[in-house]
Order: sequence, then C-alpha cells, then structure tokens
Amino acid sequence: MTKTMNALIRRARSLSLERLAQGWLAACALLATGAARAVGDLPGGPAVLQLDLPPPVTKIAEEQKWLHYFMLIVCVVIFICVFGVMFYSIIKHRKSKGFKAANFHESTTVEIIWTIVPFVIVIFMALPATKVVVAMKDTTNADLTIKATGYQWKWGYSYLKGEGEGINFISTLDTAQRNMSDAGKPSGDDYLLKVDNALVVPVNKKVRIITTAEDVIHAWMVPAFGVKQDAIPGFVRDTWFKAEKVGDYYGQCAELCGKEHAYMPIHVKVLAAADYAAWVDTKKKEMAAAADDPNKVWTLADSIARGATVYAANCQACHQANGKGGGPIKALDADPVVLDEDKVKQVLVVLHGQNNGAMPSWKQLSDTEIAAVVTYTKNSWSNKTGQLVQPSDVLAARSK
Amino acid sequence: MSAVIDHHAGHAHDDHAHDDHHGAPHGWRRWVYATNHKDIGTLYLLFSFTMFIIGGILALLIRLELFHPGLQFFNPQLFNQFTTMHGLIMVFGAIMPAFVGFANWMIPLQVGAADMAFARMNNLSFWLLIPAALMLVGSFFMPGGAPAAGWTLYAPLTLQMGPSMDAGIFAMHIMGASSIMGSINIIVTVLNMRAPGMTLMKMPLFCWTWLITAYLLIAVMPVLAGAITMTLTDRHFGTSFFNPAGGGDPVMYQHIFWFFGHPEVYIMILPAFGIVSAVVPAFARKRLFGYTSMVYATSSIAILSFIVWAHHMFTTGMPVTGQLFFMYATMLIAIPTGVKVFNWIATMWRGSMTFETPMLFAVGFIFVFTMGGFTGLILSVAPVDIQLQDTYYVVAHFHYVLVAGSLYAMFAGFYYWSPKWTGVMYNETRGKIHFWASLVFFNLTFFPMHFLGLAGMPRRYADYPMQFTDFNMVASIGALGFGLSQVYFFFFIVLPCMRGIGAKAPQKPWEGAEGLEWEVPSPAPFHTFETPPKLDATATKVLA
Repeated sequence: MTKTMNALIRRARSLSLERLAQGWLAACALLATGAARAVGDLPGGPAVLQLDLPPPVTKIAEEQKWLHYFMLIVCVVIFICVFGVMFYSIIKHRKSKGFKAANFHESTTVEIIWTIVPFVIVIFMALPATKVVVAMKDTTNADLTIKATGYQWKWGYSYLKGEGEGINFISTLDTAQRNMSDAGKPSGDDYLLKVDNALVVPVNKKVRIITTAEDVIHAWMVPAFGVKQDAIPGFVRDTWFKAEKVGDYYGQCAELCGKEHAYMPIHVKVLAAADYAAWVDTKKKEMAAAADDPNKVWTLADSIARGATVYAANCQACHQANGKGGGPIKALDADPVVLDEDKVKQVLVVLHGQNNGAMPSWKQLSDTEIAAVVTYTKNSWSNKTGQLVQPSDVLAARSK
Repeated sequence: MSAVIDHHAGHAHDDHAHDDHHGAPHGWRRWVYATNHKDIGTLYLLFSFTMFIIGGILALLIRLELFHPGLQFFNPQLFNQFTTMHGLIMVFGAIMPAFVGFANWMIPLQVGAADMAFARMNNLSFWLLIPAALMLVGSFFMPGGAPAAGWTLYAPLTLQMGPSMDAGIFAMHIMGASSIMGSINIIVTVLNMRAPGMTLMKMPLFCWTWLITAYLLIAVMPVLAGAITMTLTDRHFGTSFFNPAGGGDPVMYQHIFWFFGHPEVYIMILPAFGIVSAVVPAFARKRLFGYTSMVYATSSIAILSFIVWAHHMFTTGMPVTGQLFFMYATMLIAIPTGVKVFNWIATMWRGSMTFETPMLFAVGFIFVFTMGGFTGLILSVAPVDIQLQDTYYVVAHFHYVLVAGSLYAMFAGFYYWSPKWTGVMYNETRGKIHFWASLVFFNLTFFPMHFLGLAGMPRRYADYPMQFTDFNMVASIGALGFGLSQVYFFFFIVLPCMRGIGAKAPQKPWEGAEGLEWEVPSPAPFHTFETPPKLDATATKVLA
C-alpha cells in the first residue's frame, strides 16, 4: 500500500496540473492588478503563487511533505466518495423529480461500519506520522550547537559547541526593508527577509538549535528545513536540522511577539565545509577586531558617529530617523529624560525598558553601544546637550 | 421582533386568572425587564449580529491593510489590535451569544416548556453582555489602544499591554459569568421542564447538542477565568504565574488556555450540528438517520475535546510522548465527526428533497465544514503541523470551521425558524442570493489562505514578503464581498422580516418539518405551552 501511495504522491508532485493552476492564477492576478509586479521567486524562500510546502532541504522536511501529500490524497479521495454520494442524492432524490421519500432511519450495521472504517484509516495515518515525530524530536549527537535567542525584535545567535564555538552576533532585519514597509513601497525578492547578519551553518552536518527568548515568546522557523520551534523566555527548547544543499534559506518569526512581529526574519546560509571553515576564521578575526575595549574613553564626535549606527540598527524602527516617534512611541527629540542633566536616567531606561516593555530592555547591547547611542540621542535633532556618556557610566548603571 | 409584539397586543389573556402577572410591559421596559424567553432570544440575536458587524468591520480593516505588501493604512501595533479584537469579538460577542439566542427561542418551544427555567437569571445573563461588550469595544479608546496580544492572550506578551488589557480581562470575566448562567438555565430547562412524554431520547437534536454544550461551558469557562485572573495578578499584584522574570512559566498559560480553548471550539460547533440535524430531515422529508448514534457521537466529541488541547502547542517543544498522545487523541475526533456527516448524508439519501434557503445553508454547511474538518485532520499530524502552525493554513482551517460551520448553520437556523419568530416568510429569492454570495465569497476569501500557509506566510503579520501578494489580494476581494453579502442579509432579509413585510407565514411553513415548535401558531404567541401539552408517541405532535 505504501508503494502505491508513494507512486501516487510522486505523480501528484510532478503533476502539470499544478503548473497549469499556477499559470491560470498568474493570469488572473495579472488581470486583477493590471500590471506585473517586479517580483520573482526567492530561492530558499517563498515563491510567487506557491501552492505547496517549499522544496525540502532536510530529511525531516521531505518526510513532512510526504506526510502532507499522503494525508491530502487520502482526504481528497474520501471527500470525493462521500460528497459524490451526497451530490448524487441531491440530483436524483428531489421532490421536483417526483422522488418519494423512503422511510428508513436506522441501521446499526451501517453505523458500526462507518465507525470502524474511519478508525482503521486513522490508524494508517498515525503510523507513518509516529515515525517522523520520533525522528524529529531526536536532537542527540549534534555536530554543531547554536543558541537562537529571540528579542523584540531580532534574533541573537551564539555558537555554543562545535566548529565556530564562541562566535555570537545579532541578526536584524535590514533597515532599508523596514523603511520600505513604512513607506508602503515594498520592492525586491527578499523584501522583509533580508538581514544584516545571516546565520551560517555547514552543509550535511547535524545542527542543533537551542531556542530561548529574552522578553516574550517568539518562534524560530525555516520552512525549507521543516523546523519551527517556539523560543520561550526563561526556558530552553531545542530542535535540529541537517541541511543537504548549499544555499540561502529563509523564515520568519512565527509567534506573535508584539508590534514588530513581522520584522524579525531568519536567514540561514548553508555553506560547504571548506567555505564554512573560512567563514568561521574571518568571523573570529572580525569579532576580535571589533571587540570594543570597555575601558576606552571616547571623544564626543566618535561616540556620536558610533551611536548613529547603533540607533539605525536598533532604535529607528520605532523612534524614527527624526527622533519624533509616533503614535504610542515617545519622541526622543526634546524629551525631558533625554535632555536631563543626569545622564544615568536615560541609560537606565535603555537598560531596563519602560512602560511594561513597550520600550523593551536593551541590556543585550554592549556598554560601548549603549553609551554611544545615548550620546547620539543627546546630541541629535534639536537636542544639543553636549553630554558624553562613556562605557564605564553604563557599566556602573548596570549594577543599579 | 415586532410581529411578536403585535400578536401579543391582540392576544387576550382573559381566560387566565393570573393574567396580570404575565402581561408584558411595553416600550423599553419590555426589553430591559425582559423575562420572556422569546424576547430574550431576540435580544441575544440582535446583540450578536451587532457584534458580528463590528468584528466584520475589523476583519475588513485587516484585509484592507493586507491587500498589498507594505504598510498603507495602519501601523503594526494597531493592526495587532485589529486581529486581537476581531477574534475576541467574534468568539465571545458574536458566535457564542448567537447560539444562546437560538437556545432561548427554540429550546422551550421544542421541549414543550412555558419558558426557560430561571427567567430572571436569563434576563441578567443577557444584560451582563452589554457592559462587557462596551468595555471590550471601548478598549480601542483607552491609552495605548485595545489589547494586541492575539485573542489567545499569550503570556508574557499580555504583561506588556496597556490598561485596556485589564478592561479586556474584566469583559471576559463578565461574558464568562453570563455564559455560565445561560448554561445553567439551559441544562435545567432541558432536564426538568420537558413536557410529559418528551423523553430525553425523543428530544430534538438541537436540545441535545445544547445540553452537551452547556455542560462544556460550565466545565471550561471557569478555566478561562482562572487563566486570565492569573494574568491579571501577574500584571498588577506581583505574582509570577506566567512571568519568566519571576520564575513563572509562559507555557503553563497555554496549557490552561487551551484546556478551555479546545472545548470552546466545540461549544461553537455543537449547537450548529443541532440546527443542521433539524433542517436536513425537514427538507429531505425523511426522519433523521441514526438519531441515537448522533447523540452518542456528540457526547464523544465533547468528551474527547478535553484530551486534545495540546495539539495547539506542538511547536512549544513537547516531549515525544506528549506529541504522540495529543496527535492520536486529535485524530480520534475525526471519527465521531465523520459519523455525523455520514448520518446527514444518509438522511438525505432517498429523501424527497427541496432546496429552500435553510436547506441550501445546511448542505453548504456539510460540504464546506467538512473541508475544514479535513484540514483539521491534516493539522493533527504533528510533523505536518510543525510546518503549518501559526501560518495562514491555520487561519483558513478555523474559518472553514467557524464561518462555514457555525455561521452557516446559524443562517440555516434563521431561515428555518424566522417564520415562527416573525410570522412572515422571508423572501426566497433574496435568501438564495444571500446563500450563493456567501458561499462564493467565503471560498474566495479563505481558500487561497491554504496556499499562503503552505508557502509559509505566518499569521498576524501586518506586512509580508512580496511573493504572497496575489493570494492576499484575492482574499481581500473575497472578504469585501462576504462582508457586503451580510449587509445585504440584514437590510434585505432580516429587516423586512422584523417589520413584518412579506407573505404571512403558516403555522408550519415546511412540509417535512417535525417538532413541537410547529404546533404553535406563527408568529409564536408571547406565551406558549402555559400548561404542559399532551404529546403523541413520537413527542413531535400535540394531541388535542
């Protein structure tokens, strides 16, 4: 039975019907919109008029796709049989055709049959599914372990064990994407999926992803890998994948996490072993070079320049480039806390958040970054305090 | 409805010595002090339709923003408020009260009782809904706007919400209290007030499904109240049930919520099964096939609904055994649900069918609801659910069950029973227009969402990658059409009926209809079955 099923599924997948449907829908869409939008399929991400699960890149994703087709075919067959009977009856057994109603209304035999048969079908559905569940949950013997931390609204990655151990970075949506979204003028095949730092992993290695979160629940999802795992604050959970093809794969946060829920995508770059080793090497050097000396004393101009990049990457989405905020988001421009003589006040807001997390905590940023961004906001737009915050000030404030 | 008023005004009660106790007050007092099950039923139905329109407007605002990628109209925070409030209003304000309205109108008529068991509690359970609804809808105007944590109100996101969250929690407490009172009333009415000869196994299936639903409500509404109360104390009184910062467990919230939430799903569909089980035999002119197995199937669904809740949580990272248990248990629900569908089709088989609007909606229900059932079966398979959880596939699935399921059944019920309520026949052509428009636009809206979900578009997204544009456009166009169809329904079908415009309805407008509700005149007089009727052996006819 499995063989016929497999054949059926293969048939269904290669079915040109799908192509046909896609063509037809594309034509409809063209008619509806009047003009073709300049958007194409994103390899490893969504395709235009995609009707199906994405092409699988891992064994698990392949199994899931098989299961989905298996279920779909069984359900469609039952559906056609059951509603074939119903529509036959609707057409034939009409009063307008002079059909007289029969008088039967009970049959224990029939009732037993149509209880037992679905039961057997359900067991046949459960068997292959069980196999996949067990495989899916086996996170042992990983070659590489990476912790993915959900923040409002970005992902932090730390390579905990395996090649690349010690690497960690934050992955944020490319700022231009967020601006396009606000402007209502999206463009590009990787719209809302482009990040500054992609997660890089080696091909054909079992990668275990440990998820957790800093603030609220997020979910780390990459459809091509068949992976979706909630990232829960205060708890760690894990999942795994073993990508079998080099390439770029995309996903998005899949658990409502507040205002910017739609703006924290996941981009995984799968590299060949040698390329991965090279990436680890460069990344480590880069990190060593970029590591800020926490004892460095900054000049005002340097701190503002550094702060501008921190602001663009972290703050701008809500507070806007002009510092005016908007709606429930406070303006930083001419804000009393920002202008306050006591520098620590603003540092504490950045560290701990405000208004029940409407302004989230940013304590995951380094002392240097926080110092720089506070300096920047204190000396931008109409704010002209001339105040300079040093990393040591932030360090002191952290223990308050 | 007005026809009921007219009838009462012309109806002399002189033959009753206790007439003055029964006289209905006129004007606003009639509704505010209402203790008559028919009046309260009408109030419930009008209230739920109002909420349905408000929830529908929110849905259209969501679809407006999603028509095209990029933010054109609303900021993402406001968008989240729309999705959250759409869910809360539709579940707690539209579907649940509407079914209580049907229960109020029909259960006393169907079991041959004079009224509901506790008439004053009935009044209270309706009027509690008004402040609750005002508070819920009014939360849009509170500082920070309405709750935006999704209708499931997952912690710890709820801890970040503004004061409107507290208003929302309070509103749900009140609505829960109202539901529990309504349920007590229904249970006591069904168990204690049936006319002599109306044994439980002769009762119309609508009464059965509501009896079971009422028990479900009493079992799970306090669970919801517990979950949201814990959220409230976490927010304001320093507890940490769900707050990880204090050692709490956000996943525990989900367990508690879905222990309520899954039976809630059946609370919203079981009465629908009851309505369809009344309409199909009436228009097939043939008795319901397998009455006994229908009762058992309904009970099985209700019992199973308590052991499947964690299938909403496959992605939280449950252990293998947990995933397997909840997967198997969920798949089992397909069996009693299948039995019901088979029974309806067997009822139609070799009947003598006609297709007036109630039957159209009932057949539409069976056809489209079953599609939602099948996607539910697909979602129950944990590995597939991992791909589809929190995507538009789930959105498509539950709208197939709740709109094409619950709502269609209510439309069927309206067309079937409104001649009894108003005393006039609705316009058949208009009913058919309403049906076909609803069917086409519903599928146009929600069918493409299956594809969006399979392609990986997460739900509750204010903006999305460009590749998802086409299907979102189709869905938005469909949603507008569906919304307009319902406006048409109100102005061209409901309103004329309420005004008494249309052909006068006979006592039993449907040739094949059976049951005690067709033994009283149309419109049903203000008081019916004041003395217990004498019933025939099938308990469907009153003996003179």
